[in-house]
Amino acid sequence: MAGRGGAQWPNGAAQGKICQFKLVLLGESAVGKSSLVLRFVKGQFHEYQESTIGAAFLTQTVCLDDTTVKFEIWDTAGQERYHSLAPMYYRGAQAAIVVYDITNQDTFGRAKTWVKELQRQASPNIVIALAGNKADLANKRMVEYDEAQAYAEENSLLFMETSAKTAMNVNDIFLAIAKKLPKSEQGQASQPRQRGVDLNEQNQSSSGGCCKS
Amino acid sequence: MDEEYDVIVLGTGLKECILSGLMSVSGKKVLHMDRNKYYGGESASITPLEDLFKRFEKDGDASQYGRGRDWNVDLIPKFLMAKGQLVQLLLHTGCTRYLEFKVIEGSYVYKKGGKIHKVPADEKEAITTSLMGLFEKRHFRNYLMYIHKFDENDPKTHDGVDATKTTAEELYKKFSLDKNTQDFVGHAVSLHRNDDYIKQPVLDQIRKNKLYYDSLATYGKSPYLYPLYGLGELPQGFARLSAIYGGVYMLDKPCDEIVYEDGKVVGVKSEGETAKCKMVICDPSYVPGKVKKVGQVVRAICLLDHPIPNTKDALSCQIIIPQNQVNRKNDIYVCCVSYTHQVAVKGYFIALVATTVETDNPEKELDHGLNLLGQIREKFVSVSDLYEPTDTGENSRVFVSSSYDATTHFETTCLDVLDIFKRATGEDFDFSKVKTQEEADE
Repeated sequence: MAGRGGAQWPNGAAQGKICQFKLVLLGESAVGKSSLVLRFVKGQFHEYQESTIGAAFLTQTVCLDDTTVKFEIWDTAGQERYHSLAPMYYRGAQAAIVVYDITNQDTFGRAKTWVKELQRQASPNIVIALAGNKADLANKRMVEYDEAQAYAEENSLLFMETSAKTAMNVNDIFLAIAKKLPKSEQGQASQPRQRGVDLNEQNQSSSGGCCKS
Repeated sequence: MDEEYDVIVLGTGLKECILSGLMSVSGKKVLHMDRNKYYGGESASITPLEDLFKRFEKDGDASQYGRGRDWNVDLIPKFLMAKGQLVQLLLHTGCTRYLEFKVIEGSYVYKKGGKIHKVPADEKEAITTSLMGLFEKRHFRNYLMYIHKFDENDPKTHDGVDATKTTAEELYKKFSLDKNTQDFVGHAVSLHRNDDYIKQPVLDQIRKNKLYYDSLATYGKSPYLYPLYGLGELPQGFARLSAIYGGVYMLDKPCDEIVYEDGKVVGVKSEGETAKCKMVICDPSYVPGKVKKVGQVVRAICLLDHPIPNTKDALSCQIIIPQNQVNRKNDIYVCCVSYTHQVAVKGYFIALVATTVETDNPEKELDHGLNLLGQIREKFVSVSDLYEPTDTGENSRVFVSSSYDATTHFETTCLDVLDIFKRATGEDFDFSKVKTQEEADE
């Protein structure tokens, strides 16, 4: 289990670098945040996906030419429902996908609020993508593609309509984010995370007896 | 919220959030509410800095200290012992993945006359320390070696001492430790708040010494860890754990009434709705009728633009002022963190000075600590009442945490949490239950 920011760099490896990024999902309840992640990470879709319980921390890698981008994906764990997301959630996030449901105008309004919130709270260099999910339900569409695209352009967001159900544009939106993320020499994003101590290591280390120097 | 829950937790202080997490992990359906808009209650880190000024109703221009959002100012001063129970809880629940920690750079103790000395980290430093004279150093070293060797399960290492009967005072005598060294060992290493322990069986003292030195040996420098972005990250981490296991979160949600039937809690009323529940876990502020005041703590939050003098420019440190060294009954604590922990703007330090109140001029009692800090740019002083529950929850099923005491670490916090868990569920928390989640995530 890698700790926060615990990517492993291949030692002088020729096969390219690995970059790890924290990506957070935002959006109204039931727009399909977890479904998008489940589709992206496990290739699965459940028609009646339960409200997020359990796996709220997944990783998946995307390969670009000479770089492997590893996403550490944070799901809201339902804490957005009553506006109770902790500031910790945004902290250190280098990418965000703000999701709305194309069949529900309110969720698009909420998505705009989330974008504002990210611009206020998150790091200034965060890459934000807007995902109009449930594109398979185009016959019930309430949010026009052009309207969303215009909004995305105004705010310099990546934009795609997606369907977790059919897998349409799901890998693509993650790939687009991966491409846009800054990959510095050390393979870290523009804001390198501070490396702290890894508490998990102390379990493995032999028992450091007291008073040893 | 018109639903039925196993547990309703009121307040998002660290204790409540750990309990919420443990309950959710154990399969309980949890509703967690806080009247505040932010996580952390009394154990929050305040951000932006403007909010700290507002909270203390202090005049002054917060904007001169850079971007307000770069500040996360703790309300209570505490560090984690590297081998302590809170770290174990974080590890077992997987909350470590949400948090990053740094080691506190130095641990100091104050000696009569106003000088501070580094707490010797091992036998070698025991011999070179400026804390005591030549002969005393040898005594201290022998004591340390005894503690190091002592194994509770191996009587051969006890040297004829029955640690369940022998008092701390008697063990000190055995090693001829003088009063100053006793002060130093009892307060800066065992972290006792006062001298009550001296007449108690020494086993507790030995365990505390071992915890200190085992923690110290883990990362060197000091036995203490501190989370980046402040202590307020800890409740947030456990709240996330709870949410991941199905806990429902509502901030900015007042609790209008706790509803009882025949003396047993059945629900919580908020904004015209009632959520039913089988038990309530809360901090003292939600149940004024079920707690008693047991004392007061005075704390000063100080913003500095320099490290604390005589700490070798440490970016973080702890200083303990043992009670006897300044003729008090309770120790004074200084905890210092800085911009390197993402709690202050570049170049700034935050020092918290705290002690248990003994007089009717509490702020004055902090002087010995404040005098060590050098020039102070801003000072925010508060006096908080300490509460303990008067109801064990056995019949009412309302379990109340105690206020955060003056200790500088989280050991008593965890004891309270695990005790409440046991009283509430009738069993000890089973760490093995959370393993499956970690595996599932891999």
